[in-house]
Formats: sequence, C-alpha cells, structure tokens
Amino acid sequence: MSADMNAAVDPVEVNLATRLGSLALHGPVLTASGCAASGKELSQFFDLRLLGAVVTKSIMVQPRSGRPTPRMAETPSGMLNSIGLQGPGIEAFIAKDLAWLVEHGVRSIVSIAGTNTSDYARLARRLSSEPGVAALEVNISCPNVESRGEVFACDPRAAAAVVAAVRAETARDIPVIVKLSPDVTDIVEIAGRVIEAGADGLALINTLLGMVIDTTTLRPALAGITGGLSGPAIRPVAVRAVYQVHAAFPDTPILGMGGIRTGEDALQFIAAGASAVSVGTAIFNDASAPARVHRELREALAARGYRSLAEVVGIAHVTSVGRDDALAAPVPPAQEVVVTAAPAAVDDSDIGALIDEVRAAPEVPANDSETTREVHL
Amino acid sequence: MAVQVDGEVVAMRRVGAYHHMSFTAPGIPEQTRPGHFVALSVGGPTSSTLLRRAFSVHRVNERGLYGGTVDIIFAAHGVGTTWMASLERGAALNIVGPLGKPFALPREPVGCVLVGGGYGAAPLAMLAEQLRARGCRVDIILGAATVDRLFGVLDARRSASSVTVTTDDGSSGIAGRVTDVLPNLLERTGADVVYACGPMGMLSAISAVCEPLGVHTQCAVEESMACGVGVCMTCVLPVIGDDGVTRMLRSCVDGPVFRGERVRWSDVGTMPPDVLGAPQAVTP
Repeated sequence: MSADMNAAVDPVEVNLATRLGSLALHGPVLTASGCAASGKELSQFFDLRLLGAVVTKSIMVQPRSGRPTPRMAETPSGMLNSIGLQGPGIEAFIAKDLAWLVEHGVRSIVSIAGTNTSDYARLARRLSSEPGVAALEVNISCPNVESRGEVFACDPRAAAAVVAAVRAETARDIPVIVKLSPDVTDIVEIAGRVIEAGADGLALINTLLGMVIDTTTLRPALAGITGGLSGPAIRPVAVRAVYQVHAAFPDTPILGMGGIRTGEDALQFIAAGASAVSVGTAIFNDASAPARVHRELREALAARGYRSLAEVVGIAHVTSVGRDDALAAPVPPAQEVVVTAAPAAVDDSDIGALIDEVRAAPEVPANDSETTREVHL
Repeated sequence: MAVQVDGEVVAMRRVGAYHHMSFTAPGIPEQTRPGHFVALSVGGPTSSTLLRRAFSVHRVNERGLYGGTVDIIFAAHGVGTTWMASLERGAALNIVGPLGKPFALPREPVGCVLVGGGYGAAPLAMLAEQLRARGCRVDIILGAATVDRLFGVLDARRSASSVTVTTDDGSSGIAGRVTDVLPNLLERTGADVVYACGPMGMLSAISAVCEPLGVHTQCAVEESMACGVGVCMTCVLPVIGDDGVTRMLRSCVDGPVFRGERVRWSDVGTMPPDVLGAPQAVTP
C-alpha cells in the first residue's frame, strides 16, 4: 500500500477538487483579498477560471478613499501596506466588478468590511440577492482602520456578533468564511467563538500590524503610521495559526494564506489543515503567481505520490507514532524530486479538460452534510 | 495588452549619475508608446525583495541585433536599483509591460514643449521623434540639480528646435529651475501643449505655470508602486474627474500620464475631505 502511495504519479492524475463547507471548488488556489483587486487586472496574465475563486478586495457599504500616501513600505520578504480599504462602495462594486466576474465565468468570493455590525449585515443581505457570489469572506481583521477598537477580530464578543449578524442575513447556500487576525493572544479562542456564531469556514490569516521608520526623515514611513505586514515573512505565523485552529476544530474548513509564493508553500498550509489557499502579496512580484502555485501544487502532490489534495488536508497532525500508513507517505528530499513538466495536452490552461476532470473526480469528503453547490463555469 | 516575459540584459552603461540598461523583452517593444512604463522584478527568482520596480521606457528597438529590446534609465539609490546596476550582459530579468496610459499625442501639428527633470527625461527622445513625425514643433527644457544628473541633452539637440538646460547649482546651462525658463519659452514659441515628466514638485510647478495660460499639460508622475498592474492600490493620488469629483486614482493604470490641471498637486500625500469616500471630520 505505502509503496504504491510513495511512487510519483502523473500530475494530471492529481485531483485538486476541494470544498469550503458547502462550496465545492475545482481547485484549491484562490487570490487573497486586497491583492487582486476584482480580478480584471490580472486576467491579462492568466485565465482566472483556473482558480478555485477570486476573492475580491474588501468592499464596504459606501465609497471609501482609503488612507493618504505613502501607503506601502517594502520589508524583508514582505511589505507593509496601509491602503485603508479604498473602494467604490457596494453598489458600484456589484454593477461593475461583480458583473465583470460573472460575465467572464469567474467564481467569486466577495470580501466584506464594515465599521459596525449593521454594515456587515447590510452587505450580507445585499450580496445574498446577487447571482455569482460563491461565498462571503468576512473581513473583521483589517488593521488599517482608525482605531484598534474597530478590529472586531481582536474581541471575541464583537467578532461573534458580526458573524451572527452576517450568517443571519446571508442566503443559506452561501458559506460565510470569517477572516481572522493573528494579532491576538489566542486565535483558537476567537476561532471557537466565530464558529459558534455560525461561521462556515475560517480564512487564516490577515496581515500583522507593523511599522517602519524612514531612517532619512526619522519618521514613520507610512502616512498611516502603522500598516499590515504581508508576504513570505509572515508565512510561519500563518502556518502555525492554521495548524492550531485545525487541531482544535478539525471539522471547520480553513482557507489558508500568508506569504504563499510557491506550490510547496501552499502544501505546508494544506498539510497544516487548510482545505484551500489564497495567494496574495506574491502577485505583486509575479502577476501570474496564483496560476503558477496551482501548477506547482499539483506537481508537488504528484511527486509525493498523492492522487488527491483531500488526502493531504491536515496530514501534519498525524503523529509518527502509530500513524496510519495510508496517510504517512514519506516526502522525498527536495533535491531528489524530479518534476517533469506536464505534457501540453494536459496543460492547466485547458479549462475544458479541467472541468471534465473535476466532474469525473470521485466525491471529495464534505466537511458538513449540507447541500452541495455545483461547479458553474 | 501588458505581458509578463523573461528577458536578458544586452547592454549596460553609465550616463552621468545614471545607468542605461537595454534588455530583450519579447512582445513589449512593438506595443510601447512614449510614456509607457515597464515593471521589473529585482534580485532574482528567490529574492526577498518582492516588489516590482517601475521605469518609464526610454527607447525601444523592435528589430535589433538581439530581437526587440527596451531601454530604461535608472539611478542606483535603493536595494533594487543597486542590484540592477550590478547586472552584466546576459543576466536574466523578468519584465511586465508595456504598462500605464501613454502620452496623448495631438492630432494637429501644434507647438509642443517637452520638460524633463533628471532621469525623468528618459521618455522625451521617443516622444519628440513621434511629435516631429506629426509635424509638431518641439522645444525641450531639461533640468536637474547638478550637471551629472541631467539626462538626454545630446538626444534632445538632435530632435528639438531648441534645447534649454537648467541646473539648480548652475553647473550647466541656466542656474535655476525649469519653470524659470518655461513662461518665456511658451511665449516665444506659442506652444499649445507641454509634456512633462519628473518629480512631483516640478510637475506641480509646471501645471501652475500652464493652467492660467490655457496651455494643455500632459504630466507623467513618479509615484512609488508595489505591483505596477493596478491591484495593490499603493500608487494613488487625488485627481479631479470629468464630473468634478476628486477620486484617488492609480498612477499605474489611470496614469502615469495625467492632465496637469486635473491633479491636485498640493494635496498629494494627504486625504482632503472632499475626495470621494474620504473620512469626514466629526462635528461636535
């Protein structure tokens, strides 16, 4: 059994289908909110339909200007941003951005943000009546707001209140995924509270609050003084958060993110317990990074002998003592992995083939038994 | 449409305080117009310096010895540009381009004044040639802090009816700023359009000179960017729209070229309360 598992398989044979609660996704790689705008700009670099979904930049009820410039400071293996949720407001978003995504057959997870619970409820209600919303990502953890008191994810009670309000206003077949901040004493506690309040899944993690001093002016580099740290620098923090939360709530699906740049980075999150991953800051370096990570993750799984992503979700929690052999395919040393390019006929850009593959794929174990949403492309 | 391509350095040389780099970039030269820019990743594929660096295109050669090439001018003042300055012929690059909205060209053969500050003058030679091809008179003003920071003086002399040089310290040309000589040149040539690229302060001063005279301005801004393709929202500045409403527009996709009178130059780096969606002062 294990010998078969260990032998590398053809990358095209790897089933990448996954689920976030009732939402079935044909691929586990998504964009991270705030790093892909609403997708259109990236569509010149790769076919967005390859992704599990585009997670749009957090939208608020009203238009929002965001913060003054400078809004960005480069840091080792990452960056600080203090955009401050600039956006056109929900009505313009629906009319232009969401319409574009629907028209182009791109699956969309809409990220929402508010300054109070009723804002979130209103956004959830408004979006529930729109076609083309595969799920909501509830951003209760943006650090670029006027006061830390507005970061709902730092306060278990406030976080739970927002999630309960959003769940109550959201159509039953639309999963509510709640994005948490790592800047808390115990992320497991917050996770537990929002799951109790009705979250169907968790997005881990948002940026970490950080600061850079400009050594020429000896003043803060950002106009907003502090900003959110993202990029590979935060990856270990993110993997830790996913691991801890999955250990505590193994039945709650996790969308993992934080510094994913390669397929192997994504594999860390999957092994830690994420069912899907978002690629964010890496897009600024490589506009086609989400498509590349999708391909590399497929190759990484194939090289390790896995025929499906589902086998690897949370596998890092299986201890070596008395572990199930079927789950314990040893990973060959990186330098010995010979990954050959997939033949052109099974190129990832061939969406038609991909869909056929998804439809032919065996049922992926669901995280809950609710109605399954179909893949529409 | 912008493309992301691998290229290779084909030439590097020093030009005063700057570096002139030529590289192959398949698919980019034939699409590039004056005012377009390219975004380069720096430090190689595993670099810890993630953000792309944006450079306005100096020249393109669609059919050179090495295939199509793009030329840029840069100053080595940070980790990314210092790495770029260390590259030798044959080094690998990853390039995204052409990006942004280029300079709008006049339909009629009107008089044009081109103003460049420091290496901001990079796109002016290509622009001057295209304007001349449309029958426009072209006069050029080049300014910099010091003589070694001037760029493009020889090129300008080949393509312009007149070239005026200013330096802050008087080490070349007239001691002073470009806007000290601009009003006189506009009067003398009767130019209808000013094309400008350089630091924000210079663009702001040029717009202030031109607006009361009814002279149309096309200003290419230098804003720091993280992505260059319109997704990061870091390179915004307050711009007045056709509807009179000020919005925070992205330099990378809505610019880098803006009409000077539409940019609220003195408000760059602030958030005026009348910008669409700006925070409002709380009234007691």
